[in-house]
Amino acid sequence: MSQLSTPFQRSGSRLTRREMLLGLWAAAALPLLPPRSSYAAAAAEITFDELYGSVGVLGLTFSDKVKQLKGSEVTMKGFMAPPLKAEAAFFVLTEIPMALCPFCSSDADWPDNIVVVYLDAAQTFEQANRLIEVTGRLEVGSWTDPETGFVSLLRIVGASFDAA
Amino acid sequence: MRGFLAILTATTCLATTAAGATTVFPLDRATILAGSPFDMKVEFDKVVAEGDVTVTINGKPAADVLGKPVTFIEKEEGVEASAVRLDAASLAEPGDYTVEAKAGGETKTVTWTVFGTSAEPKAKNVIFLLGDGLSVAHRTAARIMSKGMTEGKANGRLNMDDLDHMAFIGTSATDAVDTDSANTMSAYMTGHKTAVNAIGVYADRTKDSLDDPKVETLGEALRRTGKKAIGIVSPAEVEDATPAAVVAHTRKRADKAEIVGMLLDVKPEVLLGGGSAYFLGKDTPGSKRKDDKNYIDLFKEAGYTLATSKAELGTAAGTNGGHILGLFHTGNMDSTLDRDFLKKGTVGKFPDQPGLVEMTEAALARLSKNPDGFFLMVEGANIDKMSHPLDWDRAVVDTIEFDQAVGVAREFQKSHPDTLVVVTGDHTHGVSIIGTVDDEKPGADMREKVGTYAAAGFPNYTDENKDGYPDKVDVSRRLFLAANNGPDHYETFRPKLDGPFVPAIQNEKKEYVANEAYKDVPGAVLVQGNIPREGDSGVHSADDVVLQASGPGAEEFKGYMEESDVYRVLADALSLAPSTN
Repeated sequence: MSQLSTPFQRSGSRLTRREMLLGLWAAAALPLLPPRSSYAAAAAEITFDELYGSVGVLGLTFSDKVKQLKGSEVTMKGFMAPPLKAEAAFFVLTEIPMALCPFCSSDADWPDNIVVVYLDAAQTFEQANRLIEVTGRLEVGSWTDPETGFVSLLRIVGASFDAA
Repeated sequence: MRGFLAILTATTCLATTAAGATTVFPLDRATILAGSPFDMKVEFDKVVAEGDVTVTINGKPAADVLGKPVTFIEKEEGVEASAVRLDAASLAEPGDYTVEAKAGGETKTVTWTVFGTSAEPKAKNVIFLLGDGLSVAHRTAARIMSKGMTEGKANGRLNMDDLDHMAFIGTSATDAVDTDSANTMSAYMTGHKTAVNAIGVYADRTKDSLDDPKVETLGEALRRTGKKAIGIVSPAEVEDATPAAVVAHTRKRADKAEIVGMLLDVKPEVLLGGGSAYFLGKDTPGSKRKDDKNYIDLFKEAGYTLATSKAELGTAAGTNGGHILGLFHTGNMDSTLDRDFLKKGTVGKFPDQPGLVEMTEAALARLSKNPDGFFLMVEGANIDKMSHPLDWDRAVVDTIEFDQAVGVAREFQKSHPDTLVVVTGDHTHGVSIIGTVDDEKPGADMREKVGTYAAAGFPNYTDENKDGYPDKVDVSRRLFLAANNGPDHYETFRPKLDGPFVPAIQNEKKEYVANEAYKDVPGAVLVQGNIPREGDSGVHSADDVVLQASGPGAEEFKGYMEESDVYRVLADALSLAPSTN
């Protein structure tokens, strides 16, 4: 059962009938096949724990996985923080549901491990309590959003998301 | 009825002597250290002609009294109204000064009190320990958790229980009865009250947060008047409101990138805490700056030794002289409970953070080498940072740590009796101890396990290793601290052993809703919020703070005092404006 659940989780709610069948088939045939061979062409999943190779007072360094996946299609699960501004073209994906700036009475102060998501097409807000899965191209490097001045280092662009 | 109202309005206007809304900064009843620089600003409520404006001090033109020309601004940026400014003014002679600003028919009169200080210093050193948000419930809970209680009597005393003098401190801001850590610490560190979110300035009406009329900070006063060393210690980001207020000027405490530059301007001999993200240029992953300035390098170029771990701090403190910059976290350092006991929060990422006791000891080791004495500010920041999310166990354990830092200061004072030790909070939180939670009570309904009155009994914390901390916080009968305000959240009646509590999270309407991560904790109940839904956490209360002090000058703390009055006592103890007669 645990073998079966893996492909389902990875594909989220966008399972096609073919993928489902593939998943079932792969699970049934697992002893004979290299794991995940059916997904060689699919977007690679990356988690919040895998973003940084080292974390320190003098800065963070990106992980090898981030460096390898730079420019490629990725999927990532997380929570959608409420948009900074209604007109913002992006939202912030966080590891845990965010209480925005819990300690200060003015501007936002974000945790280190966030990923900024630029959507390909407008989508409605997903409740902050609900896990989502984002798919899009991973961008690495400092970028200042021209509309809001928000500086980000990791982005998923051309993205779409679904409930995870 | 209408006629009666008209008369009442007219009378009120007469009482305030103003026909309009002209504002004079510093505000009425300001107290100003003699000789300290401050910016004077008059904001008229409409556009006026320069020729119609007069500003006098005790009947003489302000420019003559202050020895500088007054600048007239016909239209302020973004405001359809005129103003006059006179920057870096100062008044050397103690006494009352009546300031009258006139523009045509509009007149505003305020009175400032300029104060001098003792001719000779009473204290060589001042250690100012500020428990952020430190409320009476935190102290009581820390005492019970740390020392225990038998038959209604405490089994031991906190270090802060034995300070000699005390005062009740009023914490309200110039714009609100409630208050925040920016304006409160600013009042302590400048002698001027100001508005919520403001530090070292009066809050003017223009949008720019860095142009507001400045007042002198204690850090600047020490640089201007002598050679005392300055130390700033906080587990918060060092550019957070409380540590910033020792030196900084901004209308907006969130100007953290700019505050780092202000810290470098004053160059405290010791600067220890979190917040390295604002020292790193924007291209460094982890940076929160929006420019390329690398303040790590700029501090090093200014002669600072950098320490980024407990071990490096020990080494830096052992060196003979030199400035120390200790940055131990990109953001706020972890709470004591996470750092030393549970290893949760961000301790996995920053495993070698020093505690407040070690940072205080390191600061004292360095500062005490200065022959001219020092001012050291130590902030117990996480008392507040854990009270906001209603994480009372963490807040209380941090109060114990803060008290142990008070113990370090008191030990230092024994061998250096020319040291004034002040222990206070900056504001309070809406929290009280209402009894205990007893897991042994029957049933699964956690609410029925709350013991009140006689049913509360006493908690069963233990401290086998005598380190002053309870061996664990999740004992079977524990203190029950309850907030009197907050957002919607789940009350779990239990310590949060997996990491700091996040009571509420924001939805797409920018409203905070209960965090469902706690919904399924056995016995959890939904607590309906009672603050506006845009509020993410428990708020500060306007209740008085209890200040305690020992050492030379401490006798001046008594009765009820405004937060801004505390500065006068510090200035007097240090003789920052010795009277000339």
